Amino acid sequence: MSRVIAARHRRATDDPRWAKVLVIGSVMAFLALVLILPLVAVFAEAFRKGIGAALEAVGNPDALAAVKLTLITAAIAVPFNAVFGLCASWAIAKHDFWGKSFLITLIDLPFSVSPVVAGLIYVLVFGLQGWMGEWLLDNDLKIIFAVPGIVLATIFVTFPFVARELIPLMQEQGTSEEEAAVSMGASGLYTFWRVTAPNVRWGLLYGVLLCNARAMGEFGAVSVVSGHIRGLTNTMPLHVEILYNEYEFVGAFAVAALLCLLAVVTLVLKTALEVAQPDVRAGRGGH
Amino acid sequence: MTISIRSVEKKFGRYPALNKVDLEIADGELLALLGPSGSGKTTLLRTIAGLEFPDEGQVLFHGEDVTYASAADRRVGFVFQQYALFKHMTVAKNIAFGLDVRKGKDKPPKAEIAKRVEDLLKLVELEGLGQRYPSQLSGGQRQRVALSRALAVQPSVLLLDEPFGALDATVRKSLRRELRRVHDATGVTTIFVTHDQEEALELADRVAVLNQGRIEQIGTPDQVHDQPASAFVCGFVGEANSFQGEVKGGRFSAGVLTLPASGVPDGAATAYVRPHDFGLDDAGFEVRVERVHVQGALTSVNATTVDGRRIEISASRAEAPRFEGAVRVAARKAHVYAA
Amino acid sequence: MTAETAERRPQAKRPLFRRRSAIPGFGLTMGVTLTVLSLIVLIPLSAVVLKAAQQSPAEFWSVATSERALAAYRLTFGAAFIAALVNGVFGVLTAWALVRYDFPGKTVVNALVDLPFALPTAVAGIALATLYAPTGWIGQFLAPLGIQAAYNPVGVTIALIFIGLPFVVRTIEPVLRDAAEDVEEAAASLGASRFDTIVRVVLPALAPAWLTGFALAFARGVGEYGSVIFIAGNMPYKSEIAPLLIIIQLEQFEYARAATIAVVMLAVSFTMLLIINAIQAWSRRFA
Repeated sequence: MSRVIAARHRRATDDPRWAKVLVIGSVMAFLALVLILPLVAVFAEAFRKGIGAALEAVGNPDALAAVKLTLITAAIAVPFNAVFGLCASWAIAKHDFWGKSFLITLIDLPFSVSPVVAGLIYVLVFGLQGWMGEWLLDNDLKIIFAVPGIVLATIFVTFPFVARELIPLMQEQGTSEEEAAVSMGASGLYTFWRVTAPNVRWGLLYGVLLCNARAMGEFGAVSVVSGHIRGLTNTMPLHVEILYNEYEFVGAFAVAALLCLLAVVTLVLKTALEVAQPDVRAGRGGH
Repeated sequence: MTISIRSVEKKFGRYPALNKVDLEIADGELLALLGPSGSGKTTLLRTIAGLEFPDEGQVLFHGEDVTYASAADRRVGFVFQQYALFKHMTVAKNIAFGLDVRKGKDKPPKAEIAKRVEDLLKLVELEGLGQRYPSQLSGGQRQRVALSRALAVQPSVLLLDEPFGALDATVRKSLRRELRRVHDATGVTTIFVTHDQEEALELADRVAVLNQGRIEQIGTPDQVHDQPASAFVCGFVGEANSFQGEVKGGRFSAGVLTLPASGVPDGAATAYVRPHDFGLDDAGFEVRVERVHVQGALTSVNATTVDGRRIEISASRAEAPRFEGAVRVAARKAHVYAA
Repeated sequence: MTAETAERRPQAKRPLFRRRSAIPGFGLTMGVTLTVLSLIVLIPLSAVVLKAAQQSPAEFWSVATSERALAAYRLTFGAAFIAALVNGVFGVLTAWALVRYDFPGKTVVNALVDLPFALPTAVAGIALATLYAPTGWIGQFLAPLGIQAAYNPVGVTIALIFIGLPFVVRTIEPVLRDAAEDVEEAAASLGASRFDTIVRVVLPALAPAWLTGFALAFARGVGEYGSVIFIAGNMPYKSEIAPLLIIIQLEQFEYARAATIAVVMLAVSFTMLLIINAIQAWSRRFA
């Protein structure tokens, strides 16, 4: 049998070379077609009429207003969900109670709801014909077709990000360290800051990163509640839509390119975090 | 089937896992590969199975070179340490797998496969559990399924990697006897890996002791235990008191202790004395008895020599009352190795 | 808390639904969690159900099953199903390559897989629409073949493939990573070819994760809006997705009708959630 040495010198868990080449080749081709090409297309379209035109489109006052609104929205929604995520994971992971898995399912719920439905529910509550519509009108408060509605819709669609990152992480770490701290007389808050927080900070950062990307990029939910008022209630994705529908392609793609940069930065940070802290990603699925 | 291992070498990176290993295994033999973790025993077993390939040397089955033949072509039965049962298949499907995957005329008819599965379940005393899933079985039962799955293909050699490692002590003992019974019933050449010397000595026809990728000694359990070929074997197989000392003119001395050491060159040396090779002897040296406890028919004595060395003595139960205060003991037999 | 412990310590007050824990802060964090969850998610979601319930059952039924709505469901579910299938194939291959092979650019590929999570959907939408339009980089090659990708159901499917890919990859990947290789070695030592080992041993073990990933991708696809509307063409009865139908009803101030379609979509989302949970429970039987 020694004449077949070269052909057979393959471990039982290894695939033949041709299979490897085939799998890697088709994966690369598929990803290039589905993921890379759209990314390249955005930049190509943005710079179709040169860098100057692209920069001009981004520097337009309406575009700048959209950037500002997007930043404000994320600056409210992300910390809000981070605090909620910390509260929820502390209550769920560090304590035992009846109905725990049902509560986790409820927190995950916004991921299963269409963004359009997410926008619709706030229109039904705060809109002119909604539950609180008249009261809001009487008190001269505006939520729908205004910034508060945009923030609310953004909070809804990014609601589970931090919590679902922290709950499994805290569960994995168990309660013994906290119990040790409490048994030595530490207060709850002190225990949280000195014992729990250092253990979960990378997981928190990971959740915040994903939460932020979605908050800045949300389109469907925000589109329903925004009213598309230029310079006032347009976030960056909505601004992209308006420009695109008005056939101002360079402008649309220039703002889109800015959002692409956000996505690329998010992915780079995320990858760096996974390389530096492999535990944050350990054994968890998508979203 | 006879198996020959000829100067097999295998490195993992720069770490030598097997270092010029030679081993002949006779047809129908039950051989234990005994050694501490990292000694290369599992690598050797996997090399025989075709799950690892050596860098140098040859593996022969019945004189035929199979060094680089794939695992699938070797017809070996391999029982994995964690059993590696197929979780999504029933016990019966697991056992039938090796026959089910055969192609064309090699594949036995369905009824024959079913019959063979039934026979094997009977052999390992698992009748009636064929429709269970592995997750519904105890550790010992999973082990038996793994064993019968390996036997189903009528392997030319049965290889077991730490077959009892994951089981608790009582199950381990009964499965040990079971493996011996299955081996005697099937007559298949069997090699198993263990780090437990008691397991190797009780079960095997011959024991190969491995250390740092080398075979230190091959022999019957008696030979390995009573005539250890090296200091390592002496220390690893069976219990032994060890003494660091010096040999001069055929005598070993370490403080008050002197032992015959003919044939050992002068210089630093280590002496091993089995606890049962110490006995009361008025011509011996004095020790102070510290603790006496009974172990079944034997008595185990902890004592200290006048120069502070701790020794363990094993004596018969009848002698127990005589171990009190200061007594004189001598070694009936010792193994001395130059350092 | 069991009855047994309550008997042993008759003086201890029996907590309502929490088991005794040494770690403080349960009341506060649980209070915050439930309050925020109710205000942001549960109460607004109930608004949509109540709004739809204002109609008579017959009205509800006629809106929910109108010709136009049925066409929208068919497109939405059909495209989501096909996209999830495509992702099911390439998702497994991608996860396999990432876990089992080494190849240049693996880190980049790994990061890129999450692009659909990080890239705003509107950006993906305009990029795909531009690529697959008859004059676009890809569309120009498809047009001579008689294939029109953009502005019809094919375009919807393409957008949903983009959106769903990471769900399948990231669900299968950890399972594959944790899978013990000794099972494959066992199959090989029993005489199975590499092909038989993969088909009979590896893939069946991946089935629960694959189904979960498929269901997640499908559920996400059903609700997706931003990446689809630009490439869909949005022709009633032909390329109009269900979330868009909600927006159209909303723009015509037909709140009850919008809520009706939303309720149908929510029902589908919850069914998918139940199915995913059932798959997980089923797969734990074999663990």
